[in-house]
Amino acid sequence: MKRQLILEDGHVFTGRAFGSKKEQSGEIVFNTGMTGYQEIMSDPSYSGQIITFTYPLIGNYGTNRSDFETIAPSLHGVVVKSLSPYPNHWKHSESFNELLVRFDVPGIEGVDTRKLTKLIRDKGTVRAVICNEETSVDRVIEQLQSENAAKNQVAKVSTTHSFSVPGSHGPKIVLIDYGAKQNIMRELLKRGCEVHVVPYNTSAKDILKENPDGVMLSNGPGDPRDIPECVDVVKSLVGKTKIFGICLGHQLLCLALGGRAVKMKFGHRGSNHPVVNLRTQTVSLTAQNHGYTIDAESLLHTPLFVTHQAVNDGSVEGVALEDGSAFSVQYHPEAAPGPSDANALFDQFLQQIRKPVKELS
Amino acid sequence: MHELGQPVPASDIVHSVEEGVQFAEEIGLPVIVRPAYTLGGTGGGIATTMEQLKETLASGLAYSPVDQCLVEQSIAGMKEVEYEVMRDRNDDAIVVCNMENLDPVGIHTGDSIVTAPSQTLTDRDYQRLRDASLTIIRALKIEGGCNVQLAHNPHSDEYYVIEVNPRVSRSSALASKATGYPIAKIATKIAVGYHLKELKNPVTKRTYASFEPALDYIVTKIPRWPFDKFSSANRKLGTQMKATGEVMAIGRTFGESLLKGIRSLDMKDDHLLLPRYENETDEALIHQWENADDERLFAVAEGFRRGFTVAELHKHTAIDAFYLMHIEGLVHLHLAINDAPWDAELLQTAKENGFSDSTISQLWDTTEGDIRAFRKQQNMTPVYKMVDTCAAEFASETPYFYSTFEEENESIKTEKSSVLVLGSGPIRIGQGVEFDYATVHSVWAIQEAGYEAIIINNNPETVSTDFSMSDKLYFEPLTFEDVMNVIDLEKPKGVVVQFGGQTAINLAEKLHEAGVNILGTTLEAMDTAEDRDKFERALKGLDVPMPPGKTATSVDGAIEAANVLGYPVLVRPSYVLGGRAMEIVDTEDELVRYMKEAVHVHAEHPVLIDRYFFGKEIEVDAISDGNNVFIPGMMEHIERAGVHSGDSIAVYPPQTLSEQTKQEVIRQTVKLAKGLGIIGLLNIQFVLHENSVYVIEVNPRASRTVPFLSKMTGVPMAQLATQVILGSNLTDLGYTDVYHPESDRVSVKAPVFSFAKLRRVDIHLGPEMKSTGEVLGRDLNLEKALYKGLVASGMNIPRKGNVLFTIADKDKEEAVRLAERYERLGFTLMATSGTAKLLQSEGVAVQTVHKIGEGTPNISSLIKDGDAQLVINTFTKGKQPARDGFRIRREAVEHEIICLTSMDTAFALLHVLEMMSFATEPVPRLERVQVKEGVQ
Repeated sequence: MKRQLILEDGHVFTGRAFGSKKEQSGEIVFNTGMTGYQEIMSDPSYSGQIITFTYPLIGNYGTNRSDFETIAPSLHGVVVKSLSPYPNHWKHSESFNELLVRFDVPGIEGVDTRKLTKLIRDKGTVRAVICNEETSVDRVIEQLQSENAAKNQVAKVSTTHSFSVPGSHGPKIVLIDYGAKQNIMRELLKRGCEVHVVPYNTSAKDILKENPDGVMLSNGPGDPRDIPECVDVVKSLVGKTKIFGICLGHQLLCLALGGRAVKMKFGHRGSNHPVVNLRTQTVSLTAQNHGYTIDAESLLHTPLFVTHQAVNDGSVEGVALEDGSAFSVQYHPEAAPGPSDANALFDQFLQQIRKPVKELS
Repeated sequence: MHELGQPVPASDIVHSVEEGVQFAEEIGLPVIVRPAYTLGGTGGGIATTMEQLKETLASGLAYSPVDQCLVEQSIAGMKEVEYEVMRDRNDDAIVVCNMENLDPVGIHTGDSIVTAPSQTLTDRDYQRLRDASLTIIRALKIEGGCNVQLAHNPHSDEYYVIEVNPRVSRSSALASKATGYPIAKIATKIAVGYHLKELKNPVTKRTYASFEPALDYIVTKIPRWPFDKFSSANRKLGTQMKATGEVMAIGRTFGESLLKGIRSLDMKDDHLLLPRYENETDEALIHQWENADDERLFAVAEGFRRGFTVAELHKHTAIDAFYLMHIEGLVHLHLAINDAPWDAELLQTAKENGFSDSTISQLWDTTEGDIRAFRKQQNMTPVYKMVDTCAAEFASETPYFYSTFEEENESIKTEKSSVLVLGSGPIRIGQGVEFDYATVHSVWAIQEAGYEAIIINNNPETVSTDFSMSDKLYFEPLTFEDVMNVIDLEKPKGVVVQFGGQTAINLAEKLHEAGVNILGTTLEAMDTAEDRDKFERALKGLDVPMPPGKTATSVDGAIEAANVLGYPVLVRPSYVLGGRAMEIVDTEDELVRYMKEAVHVHAEHPVLIDRYFFGKEIEVDAISDGNNVFIPGMMEHIERAGVHSGDSIAVYPPQTLSEQTKQEVIRQTVKLAKGLGIIGLLNIQFVLHENSVYVIEVNPRASRTVPFLSKMTGVPMAQLATQVILGSNLTDLGYTDVYHPESDRVSVKAPVFSFAKLRRVDIHLGPEMKSTGEVLGRDLNLEKALYKGLVASGMNIPRKGNVLFTIADKDKEEAVRLAERYERLGFTLMATSGTAKLLQSEGVAVQTVHKIGEGTPNISSLIKDGDAQLVINTFTKGKQPARDGFRIRREAVEHEIICLTSMDTAFALLHVLEMMSFATEPVPRLERVQVKEGVQ
């Protein structure tokens, strides 16, 4: 069955259908990782987006039960050059195609993904639709241009009820779920933490009532400016507990302390992004997935210091308060997929927790 | 590794069967038994049952001179994955590329088909091995590049570290070409203290070297083996690498990558399914699957054609089902195409999956040209994608492209006029890296002449495929279709075929027919030099003498021809490279055997029969602009005609030729260059027979000796030839002499052989080329230059000891002179009875030793026990490996003892030894002054 991928600027790609056969629109982005399609497609940060995989052969090792980053993927579509018809791996339980059918996510195969990637790179992130061959291109473009990007992405992917996962003699962490990847939880549990997961809109008071040793601000989809209520919560938490933010969580911490978020042309999405630690001058290869970034200049008048910077474009990759009681990174130290180079940040968080809390003056 | 917590296969040294069994019980079967101090692992092997283990241990212990074996946990059959990693002084470390072998652990990675990036690893598997590799490079504190080979269990998360190469390796070259990331260049900068994060990525020029390349294509490397030359060699692949070269192909689908790779090998086979496999029995196929050789891939494809399942093939090969299923898919597509002639949609699918026009034309029973025309009519033309290290995330300007059947073309033709240079493909015997030298120099000259230089080549090991060498690099197979596609896009002023060896020359005819301008020597001229009949007629017309020869198209015809010419005769198939299947034949019986066994003679593939002149061989490389000819240098070969020029020691300038002979060679060279219409380079081989010079061979292209002569004479031959090809003349370029003044230094080019690695290959030198490399030595005189050359070629020259002579009857006279002089140098001579008697009758002191089978110590045991330092063995007829001569030669090679098979080489070594020795002789007796009687 033939399908179309129509971009709001009028570019049309045709290809073969896989996954769900429904029509669905979303912001189209690309990811340059050569492995990890299962983790990527189940990462809630991709909620509402259509992902283009730049690696041309996807689905080689199928999918398995242990590599999900969320139970219910919420991405809006997948674009590949070719889908391996022959998944094979000892852990394999379901093909990538079957998985997309199960979660009702449309896919399109046979697309010149390199051409598409260059379009996204040159024009910035655009909106697109995966639809049937017969669908009118004009109708779709009109629809895309009138549509606004959804602003309630976090609400869609966050847990609705709080819940606890017991630890083993480790500190108690409240994980605010803006669309958290499972691996953040796994990293905390691995270190013996007791993790209490709360919905994104939980008040500071309710969080502090849990007497957490630290608060983890998770990753999540979309624009941090769309959730001012969350920024307020973070503002109230700073100085009262230890804070570690990842990705969207990082942006919220920056906004809470007076920083400014800006949209990037086409974002950072891949497993090969070098980040330099400005104190040690060492480089980590990191997994990244973000379309917004923090304006470095906006941080000059805040108590935050820039701790990490992208090697390639110099953008802000990490910040911290002087005493380290709150810190955050734009990238994904929990990996999955991607390198584990920055994994030690979780240890750093636990070290901070062992220090006494000082009130912020 | 234990300290780092990195798993390595368990192993232990055992001294008894019981000890070995006990260890195997601890670690579990299968295990590998490796006897200590036996060559090529004689007596060892894999044991999968305890019974087998006991047997193998017993034999291994018996073979081992120190009665010990290494018992090692077998990880054969696991996925083999390599990581190319880099680290700087700042302790920042990155993975440049990971690669997965299609062939699982058990076959040397240099002999494995390799894909990049890994195909069957999940992200967690990938990161597990990445973490291990980075832990290792950090622990070893390597500043620069490092290669880590790992094995990953296909059924669990378990992995093992197999090998760590703390240096830039063969795989780094592949990884550099596969990703575009220049490992050696960055490693050098790291070595002088730079950090990865401050070095710009030379591909994007926007990002930095401290990142990990992201590929948006699939790379396949296929090794190129020398078995087309060494028909008797053991082709089984294992832990000893046998390939001489490799090709790399890039595609956007697995099929495109794999099939382009097969085409790049430049063998007769351009596809997965080979008709000759149709006649194999199932048993033969299964044997081949289980005992991998160089053609296992084709045997696997044939299995799928017969309906064997992926599970069955996996059971017999241990190749990951991912690869098997893709191969099966390609076989099914092949069969579908066969069933649907002129189906345009299927053709599109076929092209996307890498099928060549040539393959499709065979299936549709038509010509390649018709498929090409049909394809163009359907708008199915390839586009070219850029290799940019970053999967298009950042804009790049690398002029490094590969073809694919997709939408967007990224290779834009520039305004500048361009010249296309065809490379020489994979390194193989007869077509080595010398041709790449010429290609690169040609590119420089083209750029200097103001043109854009474009290269097509597919060898990841060479300089010409470094994207910074040319203005544009197309990493593509060197077939008519793939080359024409580039020409259609680039519309170059012309194509240079002279520097790409026979690979490029073989394409000239079809390109010419397609209307492509072949620069330099015309196709007609090339054909005249290569077509036997035309060549003979041309030489007659020019009055240039050559050994009389005839062409035969049948066995009877051959016998008749040889009778007219007189024995010995030199026989070979027409159009050959590197003297393949060439033999010197002394009798009619041998001729009949050759005609029946060695060649498949018929009207289209005649056999050439020449009178064989035994004499000194002279070789000349010359450049002609059509009017004037310039000879940079002349070489004489140490070994007389009959030893392939690539295997003989060449000396520049000639040391033994008379001025008259040299003038005759020059005269004939000029005559030939002009008469054949050469524009550019040509190479001529002459034989000096009874003071007359005869032409044996003319190559209308750059030859193997171009780099040697260029370096020794200082004449930039390939650049000069390129200027001439582009229209300059020699006079304007400042070359007005016909013969470049000879150097006052003596230079020798000595061959390098890989015999120790190629079991069952006869090391005897003959008209078929066997060397895999070369070195040069230069000094004030021939002996010194020879000494340097021989030592550089790996020869451990003995100063004293025993010399073992086994000499063919025809050489016995010379052997006496040779033996006397070795004896005078203090060597002890040993020979079997026949040779010994002869030497003794001439007054040479020699020890008689037993022949093989006459009891010990015999000639074979002397070699084995290290009691012979030099073996001089001249050829006795009959190529059956069982012959004593063959056994002696193999024993010598396997025990690293010099074995010379040509009297000429033996004399050359003698001269070197004499030069190194000082004689201790009594001074002449003082004469007595005779006092004349009567004088007062």
